[in-house]
Amino acid sequence: MSTPTVEASVPAAAEEHRSFTVTLIIRRFDPEVDDEPRWQDFDVQMYPTDRILDALHQIKWDQDGSLTFRRSCAHGICGSDAMRINGRNRLACKTLIKDLDISKPIYVEAIKGLPLEKDLIVDMEPFFASYRDVQPFLIANSQPGAGKERVQTIADRERFDDTTKCILCAACTSSCPVFWTDGQYFGPAAIVNAHRFIFDSRDEASSVRLDILNDKEGVWRCRTTFNCSEACPRGIQVTKAIAEVKQAIVRGKV
Amino acid sequence: MNSTPQSETDEVKIVDGIHYHQFDVVIVGAGGAGMRAAIEAGPQAKTAVITKLYPTRSHTGAAQGGMAAALANVEDDNWEWHTFDTVKGGDYLVDQDAAEILAKEAIDAVIDLENMGLPFNRTPEGKIDQRRFGGHTRDHGKAPVRRACYAADRTGHMILQTLFQNCVKLGINFFNEYYVLDLAMTEVDGVKQPSGVVAYELATGTLHVFQAKSIIFATGGFGKIFKTTSNAHTLTGDGVGIIWRKGLPLEDMEFYQFHPTGLAGLGILLTEGARGEGAILRNASGERFMERYAPTIKDLAPRDIVARCMVQEVLDGRGAGPNKDYVYLDCTHLGAEVLETKLPDITEFARTYLGVDPVVEPVPVFPTAHYAMGGIPTNVQAEVLRDNDTVVPGLYAAGECACVSVHGSNRLGTNSLLDINVFGKRAGNAAAAYAKTADFVPLPADPTKEVRELVDMLRNSTGTERLSTIRKELQEEMDRGAQVFRTDESLGNVLKTIHDLRVRYTNIAIQDKGQRYNTDLLEAIELGFLLDLAEVLVFAARNRKESRGGHMRDDYPDRDDEKYMKHTMAYLSGDPHSPDPEDHITLDWKPVVVTNYQPMERKY
Repeated sequence: MSTPTVEASVPAAAEEHRSFTVTLIIRRFDPEVDDEPRWQDFDVQMYPTDRILDALHQIKWDQDGSLTFRRSCAHGICGSDAMRINGRNRLACKTLIKDLDISKPIYVEAIKGLPLEKDLIVDMEPFFASYRDVQPFLIANSQPGAGKERVQTIADRERFDDTTKCILCAACTSSCPVFWTDGQYFGPAAIVNAHRFIFDSRDEASSVRLDILNDKEGVWRCRTTFNCSEACPRGIQVTKAIAEVKQAIVRGKV
Repeated sequence: MNSTPQSETDEVKIVDGIHYHQFDVVIVGAGGAGMRAAIEAGPQAKTAVITKLYPTRSHTGAAQGGMAAALANVEDDNWEWHTFDTVKGGDYLVDQDAAEILAKEAIDAVIDLENMGLPFNRTPEGKIDQRRFGGHTRDHGKAPVRRACYAADRTGHMILQTLFQNCVKLGINFFNEYYVLDLAMTEVDGVKQPSGVVAYELATGTLHVFQAKSIIFATGGFGKIFKTTSNAHTLTGDGVGIIWRKGLPLEDMEFYQFHPTGLAGLGILLTEGARGEGAILRNASGERFMERYAPTIKDLAPRDIVARCMVQEVLDGRGAGPNKDYVYLDCTHLGAEVLETKLPDITEFARTYLGVDPVVEPVPVFPTAHYAMGGIPTNVQAEVLRDNDTVVPGLYAAGECACVSVHGSNRLGTNSLLDINVFGKRAGNAAAAYAKTADFVPLPADPTKEVRELVDMLRNSTGTERLSTIRKELQEEMDRGAQVFRTDESLGNVLKTIHDLRVRYTNIAIQDKGQRYNTDLLEAIELGFLLDLAEVLVFAARNRKESRGGHMRDDYPDRDDEKYMKHTMAYLSGDPHSPDPEDHITLDWKPVVVTNYQPMERKY
C-alpha cells in the first residue's frame, strides 16, 4: 500500500521559482586562530524568497562547517540571529533575499558594540546586565484577592502594548551610536523593557525605574537618531518609548 | 566569560580541566516548564538552570494563541468540561486523573501568571479575556467555548518573558549556552540512581559536572526529526534522547501532532486562534470543507482531525495552488482591525514569508510537524518512571519532553502552555521538597567518560559524510513515511533508512575542530539524538495497528480500544547499531487511567 503523504510547495510567483547565485561577504573571526577579523566570500544558490539565514545555513551545511552564528526559531520570534546585513541591523531569519540588492554582494557581520566572540557571535552578557539593571519585572505590593487577577482596563493594557513585543535580540541597542562609543549607556532595549513596566497600571515602582534611568548613563544619553526604531524587527517605536520615559522623568509622574 | 553566572553560591572545583558544581536542584532547559519550575524551586533550594540557549530564545516563545483555563470570564465554563474535552481530544488515551489536575489547576496557573505581570488581553470589565480554540467546548461538545486566555497572538512570548522576568527578580542561577549531554547515574544498592548531569560549555568547550539531589528535565520537543515543522532548529530532543540512552523508558512516542495551519512549504505556525476568531479553511473551489467532516464545530475540530481532513482534500484533488498541494486559511472576513490587534504576528508572518496579505487574500496553509505527545513518562508529581509504576528518585520531567499523560494521542491547542505551567510548578515543588530530605548521591568514578568519548569521536573523526546530508535525508524520509498518514510499508521503509543513516552517522566528519563556540560539533551531537528518537517513534508507530488521534494508519483506519487503549512503553534494550530495531528496542504497554469517561466514538 502506498502512503498518501503529500508535501506542500512554497507558493510563489513564477519568476520566484528561479534560483540564482548570490555572493555573501562575511566578517569571520576565529579567536583560536585570528588576530583580527577577516572578510570571506561565499557564493550560494538562492531563491528570492529565501532568507539570509537560509544562505548562512547553506554555507555552514554545504561549504564550511566552521561558520558560526546563533539561530533558533527561524521566524523572528526568538531573537537569536540579529546581525549587520549590508550595514543595517536585522534578523537573518526575517531578511529575504528579494528585499536586498542582489546585483552586489551582501555584507554580513556581527552586531556592533558588544565583544566579538567568534564570526557572527558576540558576548550578550553586557546587554543582559543592562536589562537586569532596570528591574524588568512587575513590582506591586498590593495583592489582589487570593485566586484573583488584577483588574486592568483595555486602555491601560494598550498603554504599554508596543514595548511588550520586545524579544531581546539587541538589534536596537547595537545599532545605537551612543552605545558604540559609551558601553555604559543602558541602551534602547533596557529602556524599552523599563517602559513596559513604567507604563503598566499594575506596577507600583515606576519612580524607582525612572530614577535609575535619570542616571547619567540613562535616557538622557539618547540623541534621538532613530537607528533603534529602524532596527527593531518587531516594529516597536523604540525612540518614542524612550521619549515617553524622558517626559515621565521631567514631569515626575507617568 | 560570556555566560558564566557570577554567583556566590556556586563554588566550582576544577579537576583535570573539568568543572564540578553542586546544587540541590538542577533544571535542564529554560523554556516555560524549566523556568516555571525554577520559580518554585529557587526560593526553597539552591537551584541552577542549565540551558543550551539563552532562556528567552526557548521555543515556548513561539506559541501564539492562548492558554486554556475555565475562568468563565466571558461565558459559562467549568474545569470538568475542560477535563472532558482534554480526554476526548486525546482520543481517550489521556490519563484522566492527570487531565483533571491539568484542568483544575489551570485556573490558578493563569492567575499566577497574571499576578507575576503577564499582560493578558482584557475584557471591557478589565478581566482576562478569553477566545475560542479547537476542541474546547461547552457542556461536553455542544458548541465551542471561550476558554483560551491570551495576549494577542504572542501568548507564548509573553509567558516566556514573564517567567524570565520573575527568574531575574528571584536571582535564579542560569548557565546559558551550556549543553547537557549526559545524566550521571550511580549504582546504589544495586539500583542506578541519578547523581548529576554533564554539560558542555559552548563558549569554551569545557565540560561541567553538576552534582544534584534533584534533577528536572524540561528540554522540550524534537520536531526537527521532520522536514516541515513549526519547531526551532534547536528542538532536537536532547533531553528525551539522554533518558533513552540511559535505558529508561519513553512513552507513546508514536503520537506526534501535525498542526493544521503551517505556512505552506515553510511550516511556520499560524495560530489556531485565527480559526478561534472566525477564520475558515477552504479548498481550491472555496468550499468550507470542514463542514463535511465535523458538522458541529467545523474548523474548530481538534488538530488531528483538521490536519487529516486537509491532507485528504489535497489527496482527493481539491488542493489549491499550481500543484494543488495546499488549502487556504481565509481570514479576509475578519477585517483589518481584528487581524492587526488580535492576530498581528501571524498577519506579519504571512506578509513577510509568503508575500500574502491575510487582510485581502486567503493564506496557503498545510499541516506542519508541531508537538510530541509522548516523551519521558512521569506521574502527576512530575517524577520520572523507570517502568509502569516505579519512580526514579530525584528525577523529574515536565513540559513537552514529558508524558504525564495529559495529551493522550492528540493534544488540544492551548493545553501545552497550560501543561508547562501546571506541571513545571509541580516539578519545581516536588524537586525542592525531595532535595530537603535527600542526600547527594555520589558521582560515578568518571562521570564525564561517555561525553568525552562522544565529543572526541566527533571532533577527531576523519569520515567522509556530512551531518547536514544525513539530517536532510532523515527529515525527508520522516515526512514521506511517518507523517499524517502512515502504513506498515511506509514505516518499514523509514526504519530501513534510519538504520542506513545511523551507520553513515558513524562516518561523519565535522569541519570545525576548535574549542570555542563549536556549533558544528553541537549539530553533530544533536543529529545523533534525532536519529535515536526517530527510530523509537517509527518503531512504536509500526507496532500500533490502529488509528488513534495523531497516529493515523491507512492500513488500520479504525480505533481499536480492545487491543490498543493503552500506552506504549519503549525501552532501549540492545546495541542501537543492530540493523533490526527488534534487536534493540523492547516495547511494552501501560494501562490508561480511566476515571469518569468511558471511550466513545469521537464525533465533533
